[in-house]
Amino acid sequence: MGLHDVMFYYFAAVVVVTALLAVTRPNPVHAVLFLIPCFFHVAGLFVLLKAEFLAVIQILVPAGALMVLYIFVVFLFNLYDVKGIKAAHRQSVLAGIVAIAMVLMLAVLAVSSIFPGPFQELAVKTAGDNTAVVGGALYTTFLFPFELASLVLLVVMFGAMVLARREGKE
Amino acid sequence: MTDAIVLVPLFPLLAVLANLLVGRKMSERAIGIMASGAVGASFLAAVTAVAGLIGMEPGHRLAEVVLYQWIGSGVFSVDIGFLLDPLSAVMILVVSGVGFLIHVYSIGYMHHDKGFARYFLYLNLFVFAMLMLVVGNSYLLLFVGWEGVGLCSYLLIGFWYHKDSASDAGKKAFIVNRIGDFGFMLGMLFIAVTFGTLNFTKVFADAPHVFHSGDGMVILITLLLFLGACGKSAQLPLHVWLPDAMEGPTPVSALIHAATMVTAGVYMVSRSHVLYDLAPQTLLVVAVVGCVTAFFAGTIALVQNDIKRVLAYSTVSQLGYMFLAAGVGAYTAAIFHLMTHAFFKALLFLGAGSVIHALSDEQDIRKMGGLRKIMPTTYKTFVIASLAIAGIPPLAGFMSKDEILYSTFNSTHPGLAPILLWSLGVLTAFMTAFYMFRLVYKTFHGESRMDPEVEKHAHESPRVITVPLTILAVLSAIGGFLGIPVFLKANVMHNWLGPLFEAAGGHGEEAGGAVHHSLSTELGLMAVSVAVATAGILLALNIILKRPQVAEGIRSSFGFLYDLFLNKWWVDELYDMVIVRPLRWTAGIFWTEFDGKGIDGTLHGIANGARGSGGFLSKLQTGFVQNYALSMAGGLVLVLLWVLF
Amino acid sequence: MISLTHYLVLSAILFTIGVAGVLMRRNIIIILLSIELMLTAVNLNFIAFSNYVQNPVGQVFVFFVMTVAAAETALGLAIVVAMFRNLETVNVDEINQMKG
Repeated sequence: MGLHDVMFYYFAAVVVVTALLAVTRPNPVHAVLFLIPCFFHVAGLFVLLKAEFLAVIQILVPAGALMVLYIFVVFLFNLYDVKGIKAAHRQSVLAGIVAIAMVLMLAVLAVSSIFPGPFQELAVKTAGDNTAVVGGALYTTFLFPFELASLVLLVVMFGAMVLARREGKE
Repeated sequence: MTDAIVLVPLFPLLAVLANLLVGRKMSERAIGIMASGAVGASFLAAVTAVAGLIGMEPGHRLAEVVLYQWIGSGVFSVDIGFLLDPLSAVMILVVSGVGFLIHVYSIGYMHHDKGFARYFLYLNLFVFAMLMLVVGNSYLLLFVGWEGVGLCSYLLIGFWYHKDSASDAGKKAFIVNRIGDFGFMLGMLFIAVTFGTLNFTKVFADAPHVFHSGDGMVILITLLLFLGACGKSAQLPLHVWLPDAMEGPTPVSALIHAATMVTAGVYMVSRSHVLYDLAPQTLLVVAVVGCVTAFFAGTIALVQNDIKRVLAYSTVSQLGYMFLAAGVGAYTAAIFHLMTHAFFKALLFLGAGSVIHALSDEQDIRKMGGLRKIMPTTYKTFVIASLAIAGIPPLAGFMSKDEILYSTFNSTHPGLAPILLWSLGVLTAFMTAFYMFRLVYKTFHGESRMDPEVEKHAHESPRVITVPLTILAVLSAIGGFLGIPVFLKANVMHNWLGPLFEAAGGHGEEAGGAVHHSLSTELGLMAVSVAVATAGILLALNIILKRPQVAEGIRSSFGFLYDLFLNKWWVDELYDMVIVRPLRWTAGIFWTEFDGKGIDGTLHGIANGARGSGGFLSKLQTGFVQNYALSMAGGLVLVLLWVLF
Repeated sequence: MISLTHYLVLSAILFTIGVAGVLMRRNIIIILLSIELMLTAVNLNFIAFSNYVQNPVGQVFVFFVMTVAAAETALGLAIVVAMFRNLETVNVDEINQMKG
């Protein structure tokens, strides 16, 4: 087993374990804190897949910004008082069955699919490094969606401000 | 000149339109003059047209004016056209002439009635429809007029619509008429199918070639048409509406239910004589129905106490005579009697109206009496009319009724039919004389039995009423000379109408077989009629006027008969039990079961089903997003299952 | 050898964990976090395939997915804040006004 494989198994294991821990903690702050290393290791997986640009974005946005946002909101509005909430749910049994069935089938689907050709040993796109390639695509073929995405963010900003505003305040 | 026929229905139509548009703003006087003037103008136009007809050759007196094609559907076509021949000539003169007099009379009678304008609107509309009926050149146009007069009859009977009895009577008239119309329409349908046209000239020209005497189809057609005539002309068993129609204003009774509308059936049968001549079996039916109706109505008239009811049943009876005449092939006699009847019956009704008006709407003859001194003109004209209807020579009624009886006696119907029919006819003549003079004596003679209040205000009617009475009285007196007995060779009616009824391929007067028997037979029969009529009058004089206790005695000993006649032989009650109640019951069943439970039940059932299933399905909307997410995930699993296996 | 299949299986596991979190937890914050997980799993999938077929489009798409995920998180939390002000709870069981 090469270094590559070992790194994969390491990253994969941590991701799964921390994810499991995150969804099972009663305290939302704990859950967020467990998700942060999860996202970091996902970024590592991205690097293994030669998508460095996105790995960095993965660290910056989900792990950095969003998790911090969660913690902000939880603390700002005192949402961490969770004594009254039971973790389990009355549809849990059925949900569990469905979840297990889903993972099994997806796995079977993945395993039984035949992907033609030998797995490219992580060959790099010839045009340059990952960032340049992705940037090039964004600014040429996908320029319009790119601009739209910025519009979406603008709208979201206003929306969030309106929704979270205290009543009667200017 | 014969083209003036087009103008004849036009004037009343224009008056109707004017009345519709500006009638509300016109004064009573103006409306009265306009309405009467229109009918008067029609009369003048009719005279002009008939003058043109007179100038033509006797056998060829026919003028047809076609305005335009109304229905053009493949090979079937109907025009708006006018047919002027001796028959329609008589009809338009009678309708417009008598109509004019009645319009003038109405000006006085309906004075100060709130619906003055509406009254003349309907009356003019009626005259228009009636004229269209008699001048139309096809069965369809006749039917248009037929329906029009039916409508106006309904409107005028129920003129005082706030009175329940009046509006009920109007409905009854219309509905009973409708039953007859059903027969009429079927008859027309068969004619259209057989001949491909409804035009009179064409149908009557083709008929002898298409049918043999006694063919099933022609019998069917003529019977169906006769059913229509029974409805319109109040013959058994569809006579029940006419007595109730007396709810309308008296001039309406005079015009519509005496002189014109009810005679439409007689006109129609006479017009179709070609067909009837080919169906002797139907003619027998017509004669029998007419004769029986005449007798039946006469018995009822004997004992009625409302002055208008007596006259109404008398009308039914006289109409029966007209159909009897038609049924023995004596169409000329039927039309002649139609004309004379128009004169004296209108006069009788108008006279009754004069009495009612003078007595502040009293109509019960038991509360009258001694009026001949108070209302001399009315009395004299009424007596003239009564003598005419009783059949006393030389007044009009004698001529026409005698001719009918004579033709009946001589008819070629099988077996004992002629004798039986004649006997019944003579008996009815006796009854006619009796009940008419009973009416005269009770109303005008003897001691006054009037309510004192009423008696104070009793007065002779104004000129606008008495002048028409006088004119009609003159016509009733001398009108008969148009048809003096055949042997005197100067019979105008026969010379006028005869060729019409003989020429069109049928047997004309021969079908019933007015074979001219010997002169002695004719004189003999005449004598019988006169004797019978005189006997009736004298009997009335005796029993009613001089010795009323005899009348009382007869009434008590023949109690059952008296009740039978007084209650109109319980025909209305019979219809109610046999027809009306079962119909209502069935309708009720349909209403509650089929409509209520069936249709409504289905609708409610569907609605409840929708609501129920909606309620059931709404339980899926738990409000918990996670439930929805679970169902999504479950769906995904199922799709995966399907993909994989 | 680590093949595409490994990555796919991993992303499947991650996705299912996210689904389980959404279906089974009552705390809204946790639910939103689980949705994040699901999105991340999908991203992983995209990039794995992008690598396999040597096409940068997959990575571009991931870029946009992250953008939308950020937007969704912001708005979701704003709604949670507004709701919390009104209802004083983050228990989804008590947020059932759309029932029936």
